[in-house]
Amino acid sequence: MTSKESILNAIKNHKPEATALPELLVFPKEPQLIERYEKGLNGNGGKLQQVQSLAEVQQYVNSHYTADQLVASLVDEVSGNVDVRKISDPHDLEHVEVAVVRGELGVAENGAIWMPEANVVHRVLPFIAQHLIIIIEEETLLTNMHEAYQKVNVAESGYGVFIAGPSKTADIEQSLVIGAHGPRSLTVFLLRKS
Amino acid sequence: MKEHTHAQAAAEFIKDDARTHWHDETLWHVRSKRDLSAQGIPEWETLRDRASATKDYVLSHLGELLEQFESNALANGVEVLWAKDAKEHNEHVYRILQENKVENIVKSKSILTEECGLNHYLEDKGYDVVDTDLGERIIQFAKQAPSHIVLPAIHLKKQDIGEIFHKHIGTDKGASDPGYLTEAARQHLRKKFVEANAAITGVNFGIAETGGFVVCTNEGNADMGTHLADIHIACMGIEKLIPRAADLGVFLRLLARSATGQSITNYSSHFHKAAPGKKLYIILVDNGRTEQLAREDFKNSLKCIRCGACMNTCPIYRRSGGYSYNSTVPGPIGSILSPGKDLKKFSTLPFASTLCGSCSDVCPVKINIHEQLYKWRQVITENVDMGASKRLSMRVAGATFGKPVLYDLAGKMARTALKFTPDSLVYSSLNVWGKHRDLPEVPKESFKEWYKKNRN
Repeated sequence: MTSKESILNAIKNHKPEATALPELLVFPKEPQLIERYEKGLNGNGGKLQQVQSLAEVQQYVNSHYTADQLVASLVDEVSGNVDVRKISDPHDLEHVEVAVVRGELGVAENGAIWMPEANVVHRVLPFIAQHLIIIIEEETLLTNMHEAYQKVNVAESGYGVFIAGPSKTADIEQSLVIGAHGPRSLTVFLLRKS
Repeated sequence: MKEHTHAQAAAEFIKDDARTHWHDETLWHVRSKRDLSAQGIPEWETLRDRASATKDYVLSHLGELLEQFESNALANGVEVLWAKDAKEHNEHVYRILQENKVENIVKSKSILTEECGLNHYLEDKGYDVVDTDLGERIIQFAKQAPSHIVLPAIHLKKQDIGEIFHKHIGTDKGASDPGYLTEAARQHLRKKFVEANAAITGVNFGIAETGGFVVCTNEGNADMGTHLADIHIACMGIEKLIPRAADLGVFLRLLARSATGQSITNYSSHFHKAAPGKKLYIILVDNGRTEQLAREDFKNSLKCIRCGACMNTCPIYRRSGGYSYNSTVPGPIGSILSPGKDLKKFSTLPFASTLCGSCSDVCPVKINIHEQLYKWRQVITENVDMGASKRLSMRVAGATFGKPVLYDLAGKMARTALKFTPDSLVYSSLNVWGKHRDLPEVPKESFKEWYKKNRN
């Protein structure tokens, strides 16, 4: 008997009485989505900037990073100096200072942003960069995680991640330190409805 | 090696009074953050009910869901392996490492691999396994085990960690600033991430309907490891399944809030397929889980999502430390899981509880932890030699509580006797009960006597 068979047999012989699969939950919509989103994001150590156009993101990048720092942008309206799409080995992203990517949607209750593989090209990009900038559109804000999983097909691509803040740890005496292994900051630009 | 009882190990921990208080307060602070976070969600109790019911469904359909999970994972190009026990799990990992000529391994937090003793197994085979969660790296340097499932180094103070880092990664002697130490670990571990050929992770949730799985971290260490290495091995207990991706809405809302009070971990990563040119393996591990499933009174312990809330709230855990349990999973949940694995070795754990029920109150999947602790006590008393003095006193107590006349008489006698009991008897070394305890002030009458007089 294979291990699979013996495990499945053991389960079959002692299966608890069948219970029903619960219905999915729906809760009331959050009326103040942007305020709630900002509170959620700040709670995780991220910062929110509300902008009317992507030119403002470009200005932010220009004023915060120097020409000799590596800027990896996957947003057409924001220029960088690393062409992520031309890189084949993700290790070549090791020295990226800031990555600029688009998120699919934002979740107001906790600040989380859904980031499918296609938006980052290399899965490691939003982790290996020293700083991370994510752009989301106001229209994509949702109330909670239940709504998010209704919208997102998690199996659509090989990988996807909810990013809710910068890399952080509190493993030393419960003292919060931002920048454990990944980004030392997360700045979310919320593109307002025009 | 001599087995220590929980009480003996706890006595060791509380020798350092200041540290015991600090440990107690630190964990209570985490518990308070959990409360604040839970109270911010009006539907919190609905979420707990739903999570519990969803896990009931999982346990009562475990075979079907495992097969569904496997076939979907296979369709995603994932290699799925089954392991009856820790040994088979470790052998699978070793074979994968050999086949792929792996030299450098990074590992993110996985309680299952702790349970299986994977690190020691691989070290014996000549591999160096680098734990990348900061807390786990600290205790790995110190050659210790995690003392808490979410906060592995919670028993150490920053000065201890400063010493450990000074010795192993050359931080300044005497430096203990958490920011400085974390930065040093960041630089040290970044090199390890870049060099790694294989990354090992645990699994927080396996999704039956898609064959994918979710790994939650705050540090991003699981992602740094898996996305740079060519091989990803995900080690998953068979009880980690959920039926649908949409169920994650419930579980992710509960997990981090219950664990540390944060609304979600900063990274909740969903893996379905390996990146092009890379390989993804999932090992499904039983290691005693199907036996626990067969125990009607204890099967619900398999609902656990490893948030650690029951530890943070437990008055015993907070004051006795994780090591006093001598079990991979300590605290209240460990005390109902571990006796199923080795009744004799873990026979004192279900007694390391006041049965106050706080663990059950905070459990996000509503496991009746304190009731199971009580039930394990029955099993243990019937099956394990508790030592002569405990056996005798339990037999006398059983006879007394079972007969009202005897109970009333014993009460009267005790009220008299307590008044005249000399301290030397209470605090003698023969009476372990007297340690850290004072005798109560003696009431003049029993509640029953008072009630008879006052009921009109």
